[in-house]
Amino acid sequence: MLDSSALRVQVLAYGLKIRDVMTTKIFAVSRNCTMGDVQTIMKNNGISGVPVVDERRVVGIISMHDILIALENSRLQELVTKHMTTDVKTLSEELPLSFAISAFSNHPFRRFPVVNQANELVGIITPRNINLALIRELSRQLDEIEEELAPSAVPKANSVFHRAYRLTRYDFEHAGMASAELKRELKKRGVPPKIIRRAAIVSYELEINIVAHSHGGTLTLFIDDHRMRITAIDFGPGIPDLDAAMREGFSTANEWIRSQGFGAGMGLPNAKRVSDEFEIQSGVEMGTMVKAIVFLNRNR
Amino acid sequence: MKTSELEKLGFECLQNQFEDVEIAGGYTSDLLSDVMANLAEHQVLITIQAHKNTVAVASLADAAAIVFCHGRKATADVVSAAAQEGIALFSSPDNQYNTTCRVAKFLGA
Repeated sequence: MLDSSALRVQVLAYGLKIRDVMTTKIFAVSRNCTMGDVQTIMKNNGISGVPVVDERRVVGIISMHDILIALENSRLQELVTKHMTTDVKTLSEELPLSFAISAFSNHPFRRFPVVNQANELVGIITPRNINLALIRELSRQLDEIEEELAPSAVPKANSVFHRAYRLTRYDFEHAGMASAELKRELKKRGVPPKIIRRAAIVSYELEINIVAHSHGGTLTLFIDDHRMRITAIDFGPGIPDLDAAMREGFSTANEWIRSQGFGAGMGLPNAKRVSDEFEIQSGVEMGTMVKAIVFLNRNR
Repeated sequence: MKTSELEKLGFECLQNQFEDVEIAGGYTSDLLSDVMANLAEHQVLITIQAHKNTVAVASLADAAAIVFCHGRKATADVVSAAAQEGIALFSSPDNQYNTTCRVAKFLGA
């Protein structure tokens, strides 16, 4: 399973260019700024690296580490040029995303400045940008596949329910919202209670999984006359051993999660058991994607 | 035995907007995944987990009521979630074992 997901990610990474993925919201400073200026920029914008530019060319970069050292030695009032790393590795915006992915695995850096053909700074790329772009691309492709698979059974526009929910790490308060809506929607459609229950269990388990175990993610519900499809995608950290994760009783939950009544190692096996189709792919450092289908007119 | 009759067992009713159905047995657990897998329709859930996720899980199973043990009370958000889902909430002064026994005895199980 891991192999096929790695392969899919590779294909995606070739299809996308760094330009499509980078953030263009750049915080850069000029040579005559001080370390204190950079510290303020980092603090106010929640970033951990700031390039130093001269006429839009990258001449250096200041990391959080550089700031800490300057702070320790009371040198925050000094110019960035005295402290910056001048040997900056940049990436060209024209390159395929796969180059950025290997750059991150070959270097210890948490970000790369991205430059255009004139070698001017045009963006920044971080692992988070990459994760988000891959997830976006995966969902888009999934929707395409879905449409291709059922061209004759294209449901009437008013009978399709398609909604995405954002889930935040440890936000147990709001987990369950998608499942509640799913339940209401299926009830409205007159789906038999037993099937509704199976669908709601899948959805709830996947919601809780994202909240309890991932850095956050999204859950997308797609309902037509024949099926309910859930796609749960998170931003990592990914599952190193999928076989173990699918085994009942295996859990990596911490004490706090357990105190909330979760983390018994039943989530994924439960979700799989009640689904008609169940697929999971995970890449360490990349994230996890679960796709589950419950047919709405097929009793067990 | 109807949901409303749970009060006769010395349980305090915390949320009374519910459909008064015939109780179809019970399930005692604090692991919500386990509850989800095993709690059945119109059963009463006996637990110490007094938070909103408990209500969500009970609602998925169309449970009749939740009984919180050790005299645990529900916070306002838990009560309003339960009211919205039409699930009765009770608080039992006893521990889970004794609470379960009381319910079982009353149901003639």
